[in-house]
Parts: sequence; C-alpha cells; structure tokens
Amino acid sequence: MSLQPLRVAALQGDEAVAEAVRQSGVDVVAAYPITPQTIIVEKLAEYAAKGNLGGEFVSVESEHSALSACVGASLTGARVFTATSSQGLAYMHEMLYNVSGMRLPVVMAVANRALSAPLVLNADHSDMMGSRDSGWIQVYAENVEEMYDRTIQLFKLCEDPRVLLPAALNFEGFILSHDKERVRLLDDEPVRRFLERPRPRHRLDPADPFTFGAMATPETYYEFRMQQSEAMETALHVFDEVERGFEGISGRRYGAVDAYNTDDADVVMVINGSAAGTMRAAARGLNAAGENVGVLSIKLFRPFPLEQVVSHLSRARAVVAMDRSMSPGAPSGPVSEDVKAALQATKPVMSVVYGIGGRDLSTEDGKKIFGMAKEGSLSGSRSVMYGVKV
Amino acid sequence: MYEQVKGLKELPADEPLSPGHRLCPGCGASIVVRQVLLAAPKDAIVANATGCLEVSTAIYPYSAWNRPWAHSAFENAAAVASGIDAGLKALSRRGEAREHPIIVFGGDGGTYDIGMQALSGALERGHRFLYVCYDNEAYMNTGIQRSGGTPRGAWTTTTQVGPAMAGKQGSKKDLLSIVVSHRVPYAATASISHWRDLMTKVRKALSKDGPTFLHVLAPCTRGWRYDPEKTIRMARLAVETRFFPLYEVEGGVYRVTFPVTSPKPVEEYLKPQGRYSHLFHPENASELETIRKEVDDNYARIEKLSQLTGQLYGQKTA
Repeated sequence: MSLQPLRVAALQGDEAVAEAVRQSGVDVVAAYPITPQTIIVEKLAEYAAKGNLGGEFVSVESEHSALSACVGASLTGARVFTATSSQGLAYMHEMLYNVSGMRLPVVMAVANRALSAPLVLNADHSDMMGSRDSGWIQVYAENVEEMYDRTIQLFKLCEDPRVLLPAALNFEGFILSHDKERVRLLDDEPVRRFLERPRPRHRLDPADPFTFGAMATPETYYEFRMQQSEAMETALHVFDEVERGFEGISGRRYGAVDAYNTDDADVVMVINGSAAGTMRAAARGLNAAGENVGVLSIKLFRPFPLEQVVSHLSRARAVVAMDRSMSPGAPSGPVSEDVKAALQATKPVMSVVYGIGGRDLSTEDGKKIFGMAKEGSLSGSRSVMYGVKV
Repeated sequence: MYEQVKGLKELPADEPLSPGHRLCPGCGASIVVRQVLLAAPKDAIVANATGCLEVSTAIYPYSAWNRPWAHSAFENAAAVASGIDAGLKALSRRGEAREHPIIVFGGDGGTYDIGMQALSGALERGHRFLYVCYDNEAYMNTGIQRSGGTPRGAWTTTTQVGPAMAGKQGSKKDLLSIVVSHRVPYAATASISHWRDLMTKVRKALSKDGPTFLHVLAPCTRGWRYDPEKTIRMARLAVETRFFPLYEVEGGVYRVTFPVTSPKPVEEYLKPQGRYSHLFHPENASELETIRKEVDDNYARIEKLSQLTGQLYGQKTA
C-alpha cells in the first residue's frame, strides 16, 4: 500500500491528541478540564464550535460524570473519547472499573500528574498506577508523534470485537502534554478507513432491547472478570495487528516494547514514558565511552508484554527497573514489581524511584544510575529514591 | 403535543417490566415504573441508578426489562442519560440511529443525595430526558437509612428513636424547587394513587424539548412499616392530607393538578406507618405539631406560587 504524503506540523502533545481524536471520527467527547490535560478539551471544543468535530461535545460538571456520560454514549454504539489527569482520574476511579467491566471501548488520554496532597501540577505516573488494576489497556507514549499515533491506534484496538476494553493513553503532564514537537500528520481519509467498523450489535436499541449493567452473584461474577482478563490477554496479540495495520498508513511502528542494546548489556534499564528517550541518550553516551548498557522501554504496560520483556532481559547481567510513582510501604513500585515477577528471580533486579512530582531526570542522572547499578550500590529489594533531597 | 390519559383501556397491553422480578410484594417503585413506561412510547430507553429497583430487576442471567436498559453506578444515572442523549444525537446525524425518549429512574438516595451533582449538571446542560425520582424516603436497598428525602420525624436505622432523638431531625429536602431552579421546561410531582395524573404528566414531560423531571412518591412497605396491601392507600393518603401535593411547573408556572380543598388530618397518613409511631407518644407532641405546620405551609406556598407565577408568566405558556 502506498503511503499518503504527510503534513508536517509543530504541535503540543495535547493538540496532537485532539487532532487525532477529530480524525478518528469520534461521535461523543465528554470531558472536564484539569491541568495539564485542558488543552485537549479546549481544542476539541474549538473543533465543535467550528463544526469540524463531527460528533457531540459534552462539557460535563465533573470527571465522574465525564466517564459516566462515556458509558451512556458508548452503549449507543458511538465512538467515545475523554481526557483527564491526576485528581480527575482519581475521581473517575469507580467508573474506570465500570467501563472496563461493561466492556466499553472508551479511549481516554491521561496527562500523567502526581496526586495531592500536597497539590502539585507536574508529572509522575502515580495517577494511572493507582488505577493500574481497573482493567484498562495502558499505553505510555514517549513523544508527541507517538501520542498522535497511539490515539488513532487505540480506537482500533479497543473496538476490536475480540478485545472490547477501554484504553488509557498515558503521557507525562507538561513534559509531553505541553511540549511542542514535529509531528507528521496523516490525512483524514486514511485514518477514517483504518478505523472503519460496523456499529456494535450489543447497544441500546429499542428494536432489540438488551440489559446492560446487570447485577452478578458469587455464581457468575468471577466468570465475568475472567472473560475481561482473557480479553486483556487477547489485546496483546491484537495490539500487534493494529500496529502493523497502522504502519500501512503511516510507515510508523513502535512495538509493545522498545529495546535499545538489550542483547548483551551489562546493565539494562527498564522504564516507561518520556524518560525512556533521555535514558537511551545516557546509555548511548556511556556506550560510546566503552560501557555496555541498554534500555527497555515498556510502551504497552497493560496487557503486560511478559514474553517480550523476559526475552529482552534474558541476557542482561543486571536489571534496573525505574518507577515514576510512589508506593508507600511497598518493596518497590509497580514497574519494578512486574519486572521482578517476569524474571522469577533469575537475576538481580534493582529498583529506582525517580521523577516524582515533576522532578527532572537528565542524561547525567541516567549515567549516574547506570554507574550505581554497576558498582552495586542499588542492590536490596527495596526501591532507591533517586534524586530526593536529604 | 401530548395526549391526556383518560382510561385504562387506551394503555398498551405490553408489560415493560416483566413479572418475576424480585422487588417486595407491595413495592411502590415497581408501580411507578409500570405507570411511567406504559404512558411513554414503546421505544423508550431506560437508565437506572443503583438501588432497590436496579438490584431486583436485573440479576444476571435474568432481566425483567422489556426496554433497552442501562445501569452502571449509584450517583451517575443522569450523566449516563446525558451520554445516551449525546450518542443518539451523533449517530442520528450520521443516519445510523434514531433518537428515542430517554427515561431515568433513580431513588431518593440516588437523586437527593449522591446523584445530585450529576443531575444538576445534566439539567443545566439541557439534555433531552425524563428523570423520574421514585422517592421511598430512605436508603431502603441497604436497610432503611435516612436520606435527604426522609421526612421530619421518621424513624430509620440511622435516625432512631430514643430519649435524645425522635427520628429524623429537620425537614425533607425540597427536591422540586432545586430542579425548577435549573429552569427546566417541565417538572412535576406525582403519586401512583393518582395514575391518570401521573401518566398525563409523563406524556407532557416527554413532549418537551429538554430535561424534564417527575418526583413520584413510592411508598415502601418495609421501610415505612405498613402492610404490603396498603401501598396505594398510603400514596393516596399522602395526597389527601396535603403531605405530598400534586403539582407541576411548566415554563416557570406552578399549577396544583389535584387540588385538595378539604384535607384529611395529617395523622390519618402518619398513624398507619410504623416509622412514625413514636410521634403519637405525648413527649413528641411538639414534633407532630411541627409536621402539621410544615404540611400546611408547604401547600400554601405552592398555591401562592401558582398565583404569582401565573400572573408573571401565565400568558407566555398558556
């Protein structure tokens, strides 16, 4: 298939998501403002005012109602989008489980921001990690173009009849939401064709009335949840198909993980989100100076690409897992715990917490962490709090 | 336009809520649902807040609902209805669906209390739906706890009766005034004992473009402590004692739809209900007097509002 010529634009992360949502032919957007996601909502409202959105824009009175309106809209068979961050995601918490449990393919942008208290506007992953087990597909983008691409891909993935699960596109607040980068935009038509689908059979239709959101009992609840889990496993394979299809219209493909020099490294760092690029730069610098270190970026966090992670880490002599979220009282953060579980204690996994509440992680920091891993000062089963002032 | 409901014969033979559901014998809520849905077009879509009605009518793999029906949480039925409205609008513009009447059922807990914010937002945004609050005046599903809809003096499991406190302190929240302050095109109270009035109000509400609201008293045999066969009688006494006046607010104009010219004493309504039995002990006489006064004041207020709003806006909506 020949590729369409691409339009190149300089867009903020939030703007890129909004443009992708418009091109995806969304039917209903229900959203509530919260920094640093607000630009998405404003941009979509602007499209709606100009008559370019195509769908309905519902400016709700809270995040809880945003996701609740998404439930209602999705049940009519509409394609549905919302966006939030931090406290907003926490306020949605109850509905996150409902959307997934009802198997509604809602796509949500999450501008990751730390949680109160104290109130802070800047990035970490504590918001989404707090909702880690809510049954949402979770993707972490590294840059603005990936945010744009993933938004389109996630509609395709969620709506696949083998999946029917909601997805959260994660990107760090301000670091990516407000960063202006070069984006190669697709034309509307190939995106429309890529996302073409029949309306779902199970929807609110008086000609064929279904009951949605019935109550379960101990006799049935477990099986509902098991089906949801199986759909999540299936999503891992469908994700790969979606990426291949998207490559056909864009020439771009990311993978569930991105591996840099993981084949025979002394130390491999496992990380997710925008800091992966910084850490690759640090690793390249070290490798140019004769070291041998690698970086594994986990882009698809749920479903967890277990086999790929194990395979990429199989030859590493040591692993450092990086968490951008706090888990008070836990041995280590959610990324570390997953990596440890994947490796089944076959090799040492060091755990580092970084970037909390928007604290920067530079290439120099990356080099330091690799150095600490090598000299053994990160060992121990508890996380090292990197960069905290003592 | 809408048609008044005149007789039973004109109602469809269709049963929107099938028998076999697990609501209590004599449950007011199921009667509310039947009367509302029999008055509504058959292509209505129903959204339901968590509560007695929801848990008793849709226990997987069974469903009593012969209408498309959606439930997800306690506090969000109005927000879900907003989404259904937006979804149908978007799809009908694309020629992929038709718009249908949307009817929401929420109890007093899901409406007066936890669902108030979602309701207020949805009313303000102007979505097209009819919200029906079936008010049994407490959290009956969890075992008779007080809500913002519990009337003064009523016993519940969280407003108990003892030397320090005699049932619910303070009065019932004025729900309809809150709804009316959103300037909705139509809002009304209704009672299952006055079914023609209720059904006509449903039709009137559904003829409007925008959010409309029906506050229906739904007597609860378990929570109010009366025998199940007396449900309709309780509803009727609430109206005939002026405890629950039947009125509507259309385009800002109040109108009493069932004037009670010579009301029965309020005790006739309170006495058969176990939840009020303590009010008839001498030490609670003042509380009973407060209730009498509140009932009189409320009816007078609505009559006065009818006169005033009639003069103010009457010509516009006549």
